[in-house]
Amino acid sequence: MISNFLTKIISAKLKIFAFFCLLITVFLLWSCSQKREKVVTLNFWAMGVEGEVVSRLVPQFEKEFPNIKVNVQQIPWTAAHEKLITAFASETLPDVFQLGNTWIPEFNALNALAPLNNFINKSPIVSAGKYFEGIWDTNIIDSTIYGIPWYVDTRVLFYRKDILKSVGYSYPPKTWDELHSVCVKIKGKYKNQKKYAILIPTNEWAPFVIFGMQNGSGLLKDNNRYSDFSGKKFEEAFDFLIKFYREKLAPVDMQQVLNLYQAFAEGFFTFYITGPWNVTEMKKRLPKSLQSSWMTAPLPSPDENYPGYSLAGGSSLVLNKDSKNLDYAWKWIEYLSKSETQLYFYKLVSSLPAVKEVWNDSVFVNDPYMKAFYIQLNKTKATPKIPEWEQIVFSKIQQYAEAAAAGKMNPEEALRLLDKDANKILEKRRWIIDNLAAK
Amino acid sequence: MKSLINKNILILFLGPSLAVLIVFFFLPVLAALLLSLTDFDIYSLGNISYLRFIGFKNYNGLMNDPLFWKALKNTFYFVVVGGPLSVGVSLGAAVLLNSKFLPLKKLFRLVYFLPVVTTLVAVSVVWRYIYHPRFGLLNYFLSFLNIGPFDWLGDPALAMPSIILMAVWKNFGYNMIIFIAGLQNIPVELYESASIEGAGAWQKFKHITIPMLAPTTLFVSVITMIGYFQLFAEPYVMTQGGPLNSTLSIVLYMYQEGFRWWSIGYSTAIAFMLFAIILIGTIIQFKLQKEKYV
Repeated sequence: MISNFLTKIISAKLKIFAFFCLLITVFLLWSCSQKREKVVTLNFWAMGVEGEVVSRLVPQFEKEFPNIKVNVQQIPWTAAHEKLITAFASETLPDVFQLGNTWIPEFNALNALAPLNNFINKSPIVSAGKYFEGIWDTNIIDSTIYGIPWYVDTRVLFYRKDILKSVGYSYPPKTWDELHSVCVKIKGKYKNQKKYAILIPTNEWAPFVIFGMQNGSGLLKDNNRYSDFSGKKFEEAFDFLIKFYREKLAPVDMQQVLNLYQAFAEGFFTFYITGPWNVTEMKKRLPKSLQSSWMTAPLPSPDENYPGYSLAGGSSLVLNKDSKNLDYAWKWIEYLSKSETQLYFYKLVSSLPAVKEVWNDSVFVNDPYMKAFYIQLNKTKATPKIPEWEQIVFSKIQQYAEAAAAGKMNPEEALRLLDKDANKILEKRRWIIDNLAAK
Repeated sequence: MKSLINKNILILFLGPSLAVLIVFFFLPVLAALLLSLTDFDIYSLGNISYLRFIGFKNYNGLMNDPLFWKALKNTFYFVVVGGPLSVGVSLGAAVLLNSKFLPLKKLFRLVYFLPVVTTLVAVSVVWRYIYHPRFGLLNYFLSFLNIGPFDWLGDPALAMPSIILMAVWKNFGYNMIIFIAGLQNIPVELYESASIEGAGAWQKFKHITIPMLAPTTLFVSVITMIGYFQLFAEPYVMTQGGPLNSTLSIVLYMYQEGFRWWSIGYSTAIAFMLFAIILIGTIIQFKLQKEKYV
């Protein structure tokens, strides 16, 4: 009897308890589903200074799209590559992220990127015609578009107007021959001051690749299956650059030019091929009295078609193929690609806008240093779009260019060994292509 | 029955740490060993069917890879020159700091130990300035002796000695502390009786200090050798392996191949080569020390 009574009480209590549990669960579920319907959170990764500053663009976007929240994570450039690949391996890549445009082939090989052709076809904001042709092309692999240029980057010639004038030139060199003869004149004039005419850092691959491309070398051949550095076109360009070291027009052992700007100010060198980041630095670091004495110019060309080609650098915005929020993430890309956003972004960090019409703004028109960049950006060429390319340039071209510049090898031997090493790196690619063909 | 209980107790006590060791050490090592027999790379990461089992081709490739030999040579250079130098400097500093006549011992100990606890990145920024060819402190001092200027980190012949100098400066404090502990364990009576017998300072050092420090020296030199074989951070921060790969160490090469170019198969093969080298080096050192002092 008593036990019966007890069970009744207990079961009654249990019922109340169960009821409350149910209530709480329903409430939780309801609130969750409310949230899920209302706000989507996008994860966005960006690198370097751009990554720091881009969060300032978020509030405006979130105002326009109240149902999208953007969660920006900044990653330093030095760790970016490792972090992105590790994230891919552990399936934690963000919905949308920034990618250096030479990394796109690699992430495409990983099958990590969403094709953007359909998004672009429907987009009122993004279309191929609005972008610089060479840069846009770096995002296309086998006619599929994987990235939208965010900001761009190319190399131009920085030079000292006053030194150039002192040897009788009122304009920057337009051809290779002219570049060489100006350098000889400068070296001759300042012979006793231990000065050089041009800085071609031996630890930078860019000049070698640029001059090779200018001369018409494809860098690789046979559908990028074999290396072509011993090819005549590349060899000519390589020899041309090595000549500057041999004739002491360029310093060989000055890797350690720790203070580049001071050296430029001292006239230690007159020419330097480098990128847009140095415009800001030169403005900041050169003494006031020198500010009117330096200028930028498009690169000289091996023939009469001035200017010569330069690198199609920069960063693109890409979508993670496995993201569940592709449509929302695309909205974020569109927002970053709007002319107003691009201009505002330039004012924040001086990253050159990828959208051409932004360059009509007075900020660019009134900046004499920017003119060369605009002209050069219209003449850029993509490097081979294969995952191995970065390894070939950074570890191999750099290595052999350095050896040839320092006189440890003659150029011919350096290029032969470079070809051998590059072909070894390309072995897997050849195997995969042959394998697919066999199937 | 008794042995069974013992076994259970053994498993109970050893189990947890064994499990951790197996999961976090032996299995990864085994996986790495298997990986070193494949050509795991960026393509295989994207599509596992592009993974090829290639046997000992990675190891074979290493034998024919001039860069690997270069890295090996550089690493040996660093170990053979830097290791004894570092142990010697530590021993010297320890003996000096153990002297009865030195004031402010604790201050000196602190000062010599400071580089050990300073982060390498901060240290290397400072040393890059010291080594700067045009404005560096080192060249400035040398200019009083009419020597130089040298391009310390830019000249392939000088880059490794410069790295060694910095590494010795940065690391000797740690071994010095161990040596001081060893010195303090030597009974004073030995020195006293030696003095009575008329032994000089050098004889005491040679016949008492060195033999009595033998176990400490063995420990210090093995640890130093293992540590120096794994040279990585100094060239990574200071020179990135340059100029002309003159400071490329094995671990730096392994890192570049593995995490920069994602040739995981190849870089694990490098790791196992390094493992074998360090193992052999340690065995040799143990053998040598035993012959000498036991």
